[in-house]
Amino acid sequence: MLLTVDHVTKTYPGGPPVLQGATLSMSAGETIALTGESGSGKSTLLHLIAALDRFDAGEIAVDGISLSALDDHGRAAVRRDRVAVVFQQFNLIPTLTVGQNLSFHARLANRLDPGWVDEIASRLGLQDLLARYPENLSGGQQQRVAIGRAMAVRPKLLLADEPTGNLDETTAGAVLDLMLDLVRTSGTALLLVTHSQAVAARLDRHAHLAGGRVT
Amino acid sequence: MIRAAASALWSHWRRHPVQLVTLLAGIALAAGLWSAVQAINAEARASYAKAAAQIGADRLDRLSRTDGGPISVEDYVTLRRSGWQVAAVLQDRLRLNDTVVTVTGIDLVAWSDLPAITEGIATTAITPAEALTAPGLVFARPETAQTLRDHPGFPPVVNTDALPLGRVLTDIGVAEKLLNRPGQITHLLVLPDQPFGAPDLAEVAPDLTWHAARGTQDIARLTNSFHLNLTAFGLLSFVVGLFIVHGTIGLAFEQRRPMIRTLRALGLPLSVLTRLVLLELLALALAGGLVGLLLGYLVAASLLPDVAVTLRGLYGAPVEDSLALRPAWLASGLAMAVAGTLLASAQALWRFSNLPILAAPGQHGWSARPRAMKTQSLAGLSAILIGLAAFALFDGLVAGFALMAGCLLGATLLLPPVLAVGLMAADRLAHGPVAEWFVADMRAQLPSLSLALMALLLALAANIGVGTMVASFRLTFDGWLDQRLTSTLYVTARDDAQGAALAKWMAPRADAVLPIRSVEISSDAHPLFVYGIVDHDSYREHWPLIAAGADVWDRVTTGQAALVNEQMARRDGLWPGSVVTLAPGWELPVAGVYSDYGNPTGQAIVALDLLLMHFPNVPNTRFGVHLPMDRAAQLAEDLGRDFGLPPDAVILQGALKAQSRAIFEKTFVVTGALNVLTLGVAGFAILTSLLTLWTQRLPQLAPVWALGLTRAQLARLELWRALALATMTAVLALPLGLLLAWLLLAVVNVAAFGWRLPMHLFPYDWLRLFTLALITAGLAATLPALRLRRLPPAHLLKVFANER
Ligand SMILES: Nc1ncnc2c1ncn2[C@@H]1O[C@H](COP(=O)(O)OP(=O)(O)OP(=O)(O)O)[C@@H](O)[C@H]1O
Ligand SMILES: [Mg+2]
Repeated sequence: MLLTVDHVTKTYPGGPPVLQGATLSMSAGETIALTGESGSGKSTLLHLIAALDRFDAGEIAVDGISLSALDDHGRAAVRRDRVAVVFQQFNLIPTLTVGQNLSFHARLANRLDPGWVDEIASRLGLQDLLARYPENLSGGQQQRVAIGRAMAVRPKLLLADEPTGNLDETTAGAVLDLMLDLVRTSGTALLLVTHSQAVAARLDRHAHLAGGRVT
Repeated sequence: MIRAAASALWSHWRRHPVQLVTLLAGIALAAGLWSAVQAINAEARASYAKAAAQIGADRLDRLSRTDGGPISVEDYVTLRRSGWQVAAVLQDRLRLNDTVVTVTGIDLVAWSDLPAITEGIATTAITPAEALTAPGLVFARPETAQTLRDHPGFPPVVNTDALPLGRVLTDIGVAEKLLNRPGQITHLLVLPDQPFGAPDLAEVAPDLTWHAARGTQDIARLTNSFHLNLTAFGLLSFVVGLFIVHGTIGLAFEQRRPMIRTLRALGLPLSVLTRLVLLELLALALAGGLVGLLLGYLVAASLLPDVAVTLRGLYGAPVEDSLALRPAWLASGLAMAVAGTLLASAQALWRFSNLPILAAPGQHGWSARPRAMKTQSLAGLSAILIGLAAFALFDGLVAGFALMAGCLLGATLLLPPVLAVGLMAADRLAHGPVAEWFVADMRAQLPSLSLALMALLLALAANIGVGTMVASFRLTFDGWLDQRLTSTLYVTARDDAQGAALAKWMAPRADAVLPIRSVEISSDAHPLFVYGIVDHDSYREHWPLIAAGADVWDRVTTGQAALVNEQMARRDGLWPGSVVTLAPGWELPVAGVYSDYGNPTGQAIVALDLLLMHFPNVPNTRFGVHLPMDRAAQLAEDLGRDFGLPPDAVILQGALKAQSRAIFEKTFVVTGALNVLTLGVAGFAILTSLLTLWTQRLPQLAPVWALGLTRAQLARLELWRALALATMTAVLALPLGLLLAWLLLAVVNVAAFGWRLPMHLFPYDWLRLFTLALITAGLAATLPALRLRRLPPAHLLKVFANER
């Protein structure tokens, strides 16, 4: 298994429990759509899998690595080397150019393949934007850069939290097409948070989060 | 509606307490350090004024004997009989155990100013009769009076505030007994109201010379250099504090933009809003100003004793070491706080009053900055050019200060562009994604941190400048002391007769006995002291000449030429080759110029024989004695025993030097303390900008963290960033500081005091200062870094979730 989430619970300080024994597993190359009501804990689960936050109980294993035992360094290493995340917005480093942003993660993980980055850039239509700064891009362009950066590192697991939630329908559709295309050709597993049934229908599997559990 | 608007507007501070504290601290620091310096200066000036006002005596012209000897009672009586309104004075220093006071005995029958002194006395009025009849009364400041009362056999002491510290005023009859100098008069005071028709002085008393009152202007002039330094420090601290205020106010206005837009969209007129904002600023300025005054008072009170010792020792300027609270000081401190706050908020206010109701969302402008940088560089260069032009066009103080202001302003404006260029170079050197990001991020941070860095630059440059000046002064003065004080022992005889006996007695016991004889020649403009010397190797080898013609000593000792001191040389343009007029009809070529620090008056040196030809009656009471150091103490003791010389009439050179040096150490304590304070303020400016930047910082850091850097790594990088920027600033501050030092030493000092100090470099001090600057920047960055390190991941994640 590429990813196992085993009875994970998470409660934010001073709030009700968000996750109460969530369980999920994914094999390599699989694509899963994660749906659920607003506030049901989708983003929370994604953050826990990406080793961005800690859970209270249970276990998550990414690529065979148990996250609960890791310290800050180990968790940073998981973020750097095992997974890639695309958030709804503000994915990019504002002080670096588009080109630098695209290759940043791959260079951090020491897996830079310039040819691959060029290919991604051309497939995402970013060649002419490389010297610009993120603030000068449209929302759709920014998300394309974020996806490109995530793919450039050739992750085994790509986590995406409503990556097209901020975009209009046409742009969203185009961005999603590109992402799915890239994921399929590179054999990357994808866990995608979405509200859209239409989007969910295009992935291999569909997981629904409700009452703190995955069904 | 207005009240609702006000509470909405002001609620900002409740939600941003750190900002409020920062702002108040900025105002308080600016006002505090400024008013501390003002308090010290005011206290010193008040002391000088008190000294000047003393009994009016020093404001009066005097008559003394041309040959410097005591005036006889007969001369005094003759003068008074002929109609001259003069009062006899016997003045000398009196040693009491371990303190020395100056006793001024005045003929209180002739001099009618007694009521002015007794005015300030709380007890019942004192009649002149009381002061005149035995045992008499003496007047002194309460502090001085205490030492006198402890002394057995002293006449009753009356406290008065009208006298300077260390001065004892009494009737001449009492003074005669205290000083054991019966029937002697040191000089006569020329009273203000002289009757018409009194005969010429030359007719009645041909032996006497008229000396115009010199008052305490000399002290004031000398100590001015010290006060100038302090004021410069105070002003810089003030400016640095204003940087903090400017930064925080700018941010507060920026953050309140949406609220202000909403208020205006709801129909609140701009004029009302502007008034509310002004009211707010005023309240903040007053609150910060009050805290600042308290701070200033505490700083001044703790520094004043050292300042007092410095001034007293260095220039003999009497300064009391306790601080009085003056209403004018309070008012000016608050006024400075208000004016400074308004000045620092001018830009924010201007933007505020020109704010359109609808505006595009805020642009950070990571990419659109080069043009602003260019404008700023041009402004900076122009400031320097204007300074240079002023330097070329004017001379003296104006030129020095214009160039100094131009350079400081220009360099401050140039700092961000120069740093940006430096970072561009660093960008090329950076390898690896983290290094590249680090440099790029530093560049992006530059505009927000530049105010704090400018403050640091100013603080460092001022420290280097003033530090170099003071240290150069010390080093030069030290060397100069060694050159000037070549005799092992300095002996002062009571009178000419004793002087002759002394010289005879010492001759076989010492290697050389050099007479120190001088005459004061008053002219309309400047007093001049002419010294006569005999030929001796110690002059030839050690005298601190700064300019000399050929065979300088041969020509001087054979009476063909004169030496003049630097002050006179610069003032009158007298350099080797010119001719100096020493007295009417007495002209000599100038053979050389020597440095003569701390002396406000002109001085010249000629061969003793030549001096005696012109002034046969020059007193012969002072001697410099050369002999091996190990025999000096014995000789001093023998002199005291055989001739009954008081301890302060025989002075060992070592003691004299030690005393002079100790005074300089005190100067260092004061400048050192101010150094640390200004650096501290700059450090605080860095801290506050980092703290106020905090909210903008997370969106910049969160993506990097999400991609696999730990918070600890990021925190470390934050620290490194502050250190790197501080280092670059410090490196740029060095040349600026040295330029400042050069201007102070070579331009301002010459224009203000007439002597030029050679500039010495103190790399070890720079190293210390740099270390201090790095520690300051590091400390300032530590708090935000620690905060980042401990930041819960959930806070970082909010960046990706929340719409901003
Ligand atoms: N940092 C946080 N601190 C406290 N509570 C949080 C935090 N983040 C999320 N929560 C709470 O946890 C619950 C789940 O939030 P989460 O963001 O995971 O929901 P979601 O399913 O992603 O919702 P949406 O579809 O609106 O994005 C919510 O009730 C939210 O208020
Ligand atoms: Mg969510």
